[in-house]
Amino acid sequence: MNYGALFRSALIALLRNKMRSVLTVLGITIGIAAVICVVAIGNAGQARVQQQLNNLGDNFVWIEAGGRAVNGVRTGTHDTKTLVMADAVAIKNQISLIKGVSPNVDDPVQVVYGNQNWHTSYRGVSPEYFEIKRWYVDQGALFSQDDTDRAADVCVIGRTVREQLFGVENPVGKVIRVSGLPCKVVATLHPKGLSLSGQDQDDTIILPYTTAQKKIKGITWLDDILCSAVSPDVVKMAGQEATAVLRDRHHLRPEEEDDFNIRNPEDIIQAQLDASKTLTILLIAIASVSLIVGGIGIMNVMLVSVTERTREIGVRVAVGATEAAIQLQFLGESIMLSLVGGAAGVLFGVFGSYLVGQTLGWPMEMSIEAIVVAALFSVAVGVFFGYYPARKASRLDPIEALRYE
Amino acid sequence: METIPAVNQLESTAAVSASAVIRVEDAHKYYELGETRVHALRGVNMEIHRGEFVAIMGASGSGKSTFMNILGCLDRLSSGRYLLEEIDVSEHNKKALALIRNEKIGFVFQGFNLLARTTALENTELPTLYAKIDKTERRKRAADALTMVGLVDRARHFPSQMSGGQQQRVAIARALVNRPSILLADEPTGNLDSRTSVEIMDIFQNLNDKGLTIVLVTHEHDIAQFARRVLVFRDGKIRKDDPVLGRPRASEVLKTLPTLED
Ligand SMILES: Nc1ncnc2c1ncn2[C@@H]1O[C@H](COP(=O)(O)OP(=O)(O)OP(=O)(O)O)[C@@H](O)[C@H]1O
Ligand SMILES: [Mg+2]
Repeated sequence: MNYGALFRSALIALLRNKMRSVLTVLGITIGIAAVICVVAIGNAGQARVQQQLNNLGDNFVWIEAGGRAVNGVRTGTHDTKTLVMADAVAIKNQISLIKGVSPNVDDPVQVVYGNQNWHTSYRGVSPEYFEIKRWYVDQGALFSQDDTDRAADVCVIGRTVREQLFGVENPVGKVIRVSGLPCKVVATLHPKGLSLSGQDQDDTIILPYTTAQKKIKGITWLDDILCSAVSPDVVKMAGQEATAVLRDRHHLRPEEEDDFNIRNPEDIIQAQLDASKTLTILLIAIASVSLIVGGIGIMNVMLVSVTERTREIGVRVAVGATEAAIQLQFLGESIMLSLVGGAAGVLFGVFGSYLVGQTLGWPMEMSIEAIVVAALFSVAVGVFFGYYPARKASRLDPIEALRYE
Repeated sequence: METIPAVNQLESTAAVSASAVIRVEDAHKYYELGETRVHALRGVNMEIHRGEFVAIMGASGSGKSTFMNILGCLDRLSSGRYLLEEIDVSEHNKKALALIRNEKIGFVFQGFNLLARTTALENTELPTLYAKIDKTERRKRAADALTMVGLVDRARHFPSQMSGGQQQRVAIARALVNRPSILLADEPTGNLDSRTSVEIMDIFQNLNDKGLTIVLVTHEHDIAQFARRVLVFRDGKIRKDDPVLGRPRASEVLKTLPTLED
C-alpha cells in the first residue's frame, strides 16, 4: 500500500464529513487542552510554594518563647521571660546540627522620617539572621557584629518601609525615628513578597537585637531564637536537640511543660506542596477521562464510517487490497482524527494556561514535555480506539460487502 | 459512440492462447445456514483458454454468481480444484489471494461500484494503489485505461456527473488498469438500457479481440450472443456448453439501433 495515497484518502474521507469530524475531535481537543492547562497551573502553583519554602530560610528552625499551652490557653510569646541570649549561645555551641543562630525580639512600631509616618514592626536580630533567612542586601551594607555588641542605633529596612518613607529617595545614610529612637538606615533589603499566611514580609525594620532590647522594648529576654540546621533532613532532629538543651538550661522537671515552642513552618509549606501535587495528579486524572470519552467518540464515528463504506471496502478488497491495507486505511483515519484533535488541544491548552497565568499573575512555563506527551497520547488514543473499527473493516467478507445496500 | 484506440499491451497475450487460463475440476460449494446446507455448486468441470469470451447464463439461483466469486478468488471452493494459470489457488492464504486479485483479475459489477466523490481517473487508479507502482506510472496507466474505454475526456468527472453507461466504462477501465489475465463481469449490463448494453459489449468485444480473456454473466440472450461461447448453469451444474454461431459484432448492431434523437 502506498502511504502517500493512504494519507490522502484518509484526509479526503475526513473532509467529506467536516462537521462530524470536528465534533468527533472535540472530545480529544478538550481532554488534551485540559491536561495541558492543569499541568501548567499545577507546575506554576508548585513553583510558587517552592519559592516560599526557599524564602522561609536556610533549613529554618524556629524556637519561640512561651509554652505551647498552659491549662489550654497559650501564654503568648511576650509574657515569657525565660528565653535569653545565653540559650541562643548554648544552642549554637552545643548542637552540631545547627550552623547558625540569631536571637529575635520583635514588636509593632511607629516609624517616622521627615513628615512621613508609617506603622510597621521591627525585629532585633544578630547579623547571622540574614543568612538564616536567605535575605540579601539591595543597597548599603548590613550592620556588623560590632554594631550588635555596641547596641548601635542602626537599622536595615524592607522594601515596603522604604517605599512608604522614602519613595524614590535613597534611604541609605538617612536617619529615621523608630518609636522615638533615631536610627541610621545602613541598608535596604531585596523584596521577599508575601508569606504563606499572606503577610507582607517586606514591611519590616531590622535592628541589632541589643538595640531593640535595651533602647526600644526595654527587656533582657528574647522573643524567639531563629536557627539554621546544617541540612534539610536534620531540621526535625535539630529541633529535638534544641528542646533537650533548653529544658536542661531552664531546669524543667519531666512533668513540666516546655516554656518554649519549636515551630515548623516548613512542615506546613511542605504539606501544601504535597497537597498541590496530589491535586494536580487528581485533576490530570479527571481531564484524562475526557480523553477516554473523546476516544470512544472516535471509535463510534469510525464504526459508523466502516458501516457507511461497506461497499467501498468490498471494492477495495476485490481489486486487491489486503486485510492489512484496509486496516491501515481506517487506522490512518482515526489517528489523523485524534492527531488533529490533539494539535487543537495543544493550541487551546497553551492559550488557556497563558490566560490563567495572566489572570492569577503567576509565571506560566509551558513544558515541551507536556506537548510531546499530548501528541503521543493522541496518537495512542487514535490507535487504541481506531483498532477495533479498522479490524472490523478488514474482516468484512468482500462478497457480502459488495452486495451491501 | 467513441472509437476504441488500439492498445498494444493486450495483443501480446493473444499469442499464448492454447493454455487453459482457468481450469475447474469437480467444484462444489456449500453454504451452511444453521441446520440446512445450500448446495450452490454441485460438481462443475470446465476449462477456459486464453483469449476466450465466455457468457454464463442460467436461472436465478443456479450458482452463476457463486461460480464467478470462485473464479475471482473472492471465495473458496468447499471441495474440488480451481487452477488459475495452472496454479491451484485453493491452498493460497488471504494475502496471496489479494495479490492474485490485484494482478491477474479484473472485476466489473452490475452496480458499477465506483467510489463516490472520487474522480473517474482516481477510481480507475484504485487497483494500482495496492500494487508496487510509482505515482507517475499509476497516473499513466489510469489514463491509458480510460482511453481504452473512450472516457479520457471525463477523467476529472465524478460518478454523480456521469451516466450509467459511462460509470460502467470507468469500472471497466478500473478492471483493466493492472493489466489482468481475465476480466470477470457479473451482469455488467443488468442496470443499463439495451443500447448502452450493446455499447458495453462493443468494448468487451474489442478488448477480447486484443486477446483479453473475458467471462461474463448475463440473463439476456441477446447479450450472451456477443460472446464466443455460452455456458448454461442449472442447479449448480453446467448443463450446456456451446460455441456461439454467427456471432454479431456489437459495433454493427449499434448502427441498427435507434438513438434517442431518432
Ligand atoms: N452467502 C450465501 N449464503 C447462503 N446461501 C447463498 C449465499 N450466496 C448464495 N447462496 C445460495 O446459493 C445459490 C446460488 O446463488 P447465486 O447467487 O450464485 O445465484 P445466481 O445464479 O447468481 O442468481 P442470480 O441470477 O439471481 O444472480 C442460491 O440458492 C443462493 O440462495
Ligand atoms: Mg448472481
